[in-house]
Amino acid sequence: MASRVQQGGRPGGARFAQFKLVLLGESAVGKSSLVLRFVKDQFDDYRESTIGAAFLTQTIALDEQTTVKFEIWDTAGQERYKSLAPMYYRNANCAVVVYDITQASSLDKAKAWVKELQRQANENIIIALAGNKADLVAEQPDKRAVPTADAEAYAKEANLLFFETSAKTAENVKELFTAIAKKLPIEQASQRGMRGAAGRTAGVDLGSRAEPGSGAGGPGGCNC
Amino acid sequence: MEEIAPEYDLVVLGTGLTECILSGVESVKGKKVLHLDRNDHYGAEAASVNLETMFKKYGNYQSGSEPWKKYGRANDWNIDLVPKLLMSNGELTNILVSTDVTRYVEFKQIAGSYVQQGNGAKATVAKVPSDAGEALKSPLMGIFEKRRARNFLQWVGNFDEANPSTHNGMNLAQTTMRQVYDKFGLEPGTRDFIGHSMALYTTDDYIDSKGAAKDCVERIRLYVNSMARYGKSPYIYPLYGLGELPQGFARLSAIYGGTYMLNANVDEIKYDGGKVSGIKATMKERGEEGEGMKFETKCKKIIGDPSYFPDKVRVVGHYLKAICILNHPIDKTDNADSLQLIIPQSQVGRKHDIYIAMVSSAHNVCPKGYYIAIVSTIAETTANHHLELQPGLERLGKIEEQFMGPPIPIYESVEDGTKDNIFISKSYDASSHFETMTDDVRDLYRRAEGEELKVEGLKEGQNLVADE
Ligand SMILES: Cc1cc2nc3c(=O)[nH]c(=O)nc-3n(C[C@H](O)[C@H](O)[C@H](O)COP(=O)(O)OP(=O)(O)OC[C@H]3O[C@@H](n4cnc5c(N)ncnc54)[C@H](O)[C@@H]3O)c2cc1C
Ligand SMILES: Nc1nc2c(ncn2[C@@H]2O[C@H](COP(=O)(O)OP(=O)(O)O)[C@@H](O)[C@H]2O)c(=O)[nH]1
Ligand SMILES: [Mg+2]
Repeated sequence: MASRVQQGGRPGGARFAQFKLVLLGESAVGKSSLVLRFVKDQFDDYRESTIGAAFLTQTIALDEQTTVKFEIWDTAGQERYKSLAPMYYRNANCAVVVYDITQASSLDKAKAWVKELQRQANENIIIALAGNKADLVAEQPDKRAVPTADAEAYAKEANLLFFETSAKTAENVKELFTAIAKKLPIEQASQRGMRGAAGRTAGVDLGSRAEPGSGAGGPGGCNC
Repeated sequence: MEEIAPEYDLVVLGTGLTECILSGVESVKGKKVLHLDRNDHYGAEAASVNLETMFKKYGNYQSGSEPWKKYGRANDWNIDLVPKLLMSNGELTNILVSTDVTRYVEFKQIAGSYVQQGNGAKATVAKVPSDAGEALKSPLMGIFEKRRARNFLQWVGNFDEANPSTHNGMNLAQTTMRQVYDKFGLEPGTRDFIGHSMALYTTDDYIDSKGAAKDCVERIRLYVNSMARYGKSPYIYPLYGLGELPQGFARLSAIYGGTYMLNANVDEIKYDGGKVSGIKATMKERGEEGEGMKFETKCKKIIGDPSYFPDKVRVVGHYLKAICILNHPIDKTDNADSLQLIIPQSQVGRKHDIYIAMVSSAHNVCPKGYYIAIVSTIAETTANHHLELQPGLERLGKIEEQFMGPPIPIYESVEDGTKDNIFISKSYDASSHFETMTDDVRDLYRRAEGEELKVEGLKEGQNLVADE
C-alpha cells in the first residue's frame, strides 16, 4: 500500500485528486439542499432556489494520506424546463441522481437521467442514486411513495451506489459523498495532476489580463 | 411543471452567443430574465453540432444510408456552424474573464495564422509576421521591403494617441491608410497582408476611407497584442467548440436566477401603446404528444435574434461557407493542428477575402486524425457559389466530406428598438473573430438600458452561498 501511495502522490506521499460532480433529478427533489448540507452543513426550508450557488467545492479526507476534492456543479435550475446544457455533464466524473421518496414519479425521472448519463457522459462515470427527504417518512411512514427495496433493486441492476438521504437531518449525506469518493480512480487522477478530471488538458490560462510572457505592453502599449 | 412567473424585466429570444452574453449580464445585474429558444439545443446560429446532425442538416446523403458511422461516434464531433476564433486580447476574452465564465469553458491556442500570396499551385503560404522582428524573417517580402515593414510595425507599436511625438507628423483622424502606407513606402503585397491578415479587413474599402487610419492602427495593435499573449497565433478557441460559449453564458444567467426554456415557440408578441408588453409561447418537445405547455407572461423588453423578427429585419448581404472534413493537415502550414489562413481578395481577383479556419482533435471537436476546416467569404455573384470558394477549397487538398448550403443571409434590425422596446441582434458577420459581435452586445445593451455596459467587477458576488 505504501508504495502505491507514493507512486500516485504528490511529494510528501499524500494523494490528492479533484473530480467534477454533477447533480441531476427532477426539480424540487432536494438537489441544491443536498449540496448545501454537504458543503456548508446547513438546511433552509424556504431558500430561494439555487441563486449564486452553482459552483461549489468540498474536500473529503478518506484517510490521513488521501484527499478528494469535489468540484460540484448544481443545475442552476436549468433542469426545470428540460434545458440543461451538454456542457453541464461534459467530463463529469461522478453524478448524484436524486429523487424524492414521497413522489413516485420522481424516481422515473431519475431513471431517465441515469439512462441519459450512460448514453452521453464519460464511460467510467460513477453514479449514485439518492432517495431524498427520508425525514418526511420517519415522521409519517404513509408518506412514502417509493419502497426502499424497489429503488435498491433498480440501483443494483443499473450498477449505481444507493442511499436514502435527508438534506434536512443530514442523514446519509456525508456517507453518500464518501462512498462516491471511495469509488473514484484517485490513483490515475493524481498521476494526471491536480485536475484529475478527465479531459482537462493543458489549456491557456485566461485568468488575468496581465501581459504575456514575452511582451511589455499593457492596455495602452503594444508588442510590435 | 412549475408555473412561469407572471412578469419578467426582460425576455430573450434565441440562445446565440450575443443573446446569452446579454442574458448573463442582465441577470447578474439583478434583472429577472426569461430566455427562450425554439430549438432543442443551445447556440442558435452559433451552435456546434455533431456529425449526424450535419449530414441531416445539409441532406447530402442517400436516405437509408448512415455515412456518419464511418467517422466514429457522432457525438465525438462538435462542428461549428459559424467560423470564428477568439482574439486572445479581444473584448470577448475580457467579458469571459470579467464574468468568470472561464470556469466553465477551457481554451487552447490556435497553432498558426497564415496568409496566402499569389494564386493556384505557385501560391506562397506563409506565417503572418507578428512583430518587427518576424517581419525581417518573412518570406513574404524582399530584403528592402522587410526593413520598411519593420519601421511601419515599430511605429504602430509605439503609437500613442495622447503623445503627438509618436504620430510621425500625421493626424490619423484625418488621414487615409493609403497616405500612411505611402509615407512608409510599403509595396502593394505588404499592404495586402497588413490590411487583410493583421488589421483583418475583408475588403480594400478601408484604404481610401478618410480617418480610417486610426481604426486600422488599432486593429493591428489588437492583432499584435493578441499574438504576444500566448505566442503561436493571436487566436484562442474553446475545447469542444464554439457552442460552449453560449452554454457558458446561459449558465451564468441561470445561476443568477435566469429562467431557461428550450423547445419554446413564440406564438404572439403583445404590445401596449406601441411598446412590447408580453409574449404568448408554447413549450413542446419534438415528438411530444398533445398541445405542449402554453403560457403567457408580461415583459418590459425583448432582446432577440433576427430569426424571431422576420418583419423587423433586412438582409444586408450574404455569405458563403463550406464546412469540410479532412484527414490530414493543410499543406505548407507546418502540420499545424489548427489555423487561420487568409487569402486576400486581390490575390485571387475578388473583392472580398476568403477565410479558412481549421480546428482538430487537439480541440476535442473531432476524433484523432481528423480536421474540420471552414472556408468562407462574402458572396459576390448570384450563381455557382462553390466557384467563389474554390481558391480556398483548393488549399485544403483532399476533402473527405463537404457541407455547403445556399448563401446565408446576413440580417440587421431596421429600427433601433427604442420605439417598441424590441432590440434585435445582428447576424454573425463574415469576420473571422468576435470583435463585431461584442460591439453588437455593447450596442444592444446601450439601446436597451440607456447606459454603457460595464463588465468589470461583475464577478464580485458570485458564489454568494459559498462565501457568505
Ligand atoms: C449575392 C446574393 C444576394 C442575394 N440577395 C438576396 C436578397 O436581398 N433577398 C433575398 O431574399 N434573397 C437574396 N439572395 C438569395 C438568398 O441567399 C437565398 O438563396 C434565398 O433567400 C433562399 O431562400 P430559401 O427558401 O432557399 O432559404 P431559407 O434559408 O430556407 O429561407 C427561407 C426564407 O426565410 C428567410 N429567413 C431565413 N432565415 C431567416 C431568419 N433567421 N430570420 C428571418 N428570415 C429568415 C429567408 O430570407 C427566406 O426568405 C441573394 C443571394 C445572393 C447570392
Ligand atoms: N423535508 C425535507 N425537505 C427537503 C429536503 N431536501 C430539500 N427539501 C425541500 O425541498 C424543496 C426543494 O429543494 P431544492 O434543494 O431547492 O431542490 P432542487 O430543485 O432539486 O435543487 C425546498 O423547499 C427544500 O427545503 C429534505 O431532505 N427533507
Ligand atoms: Mg436546485
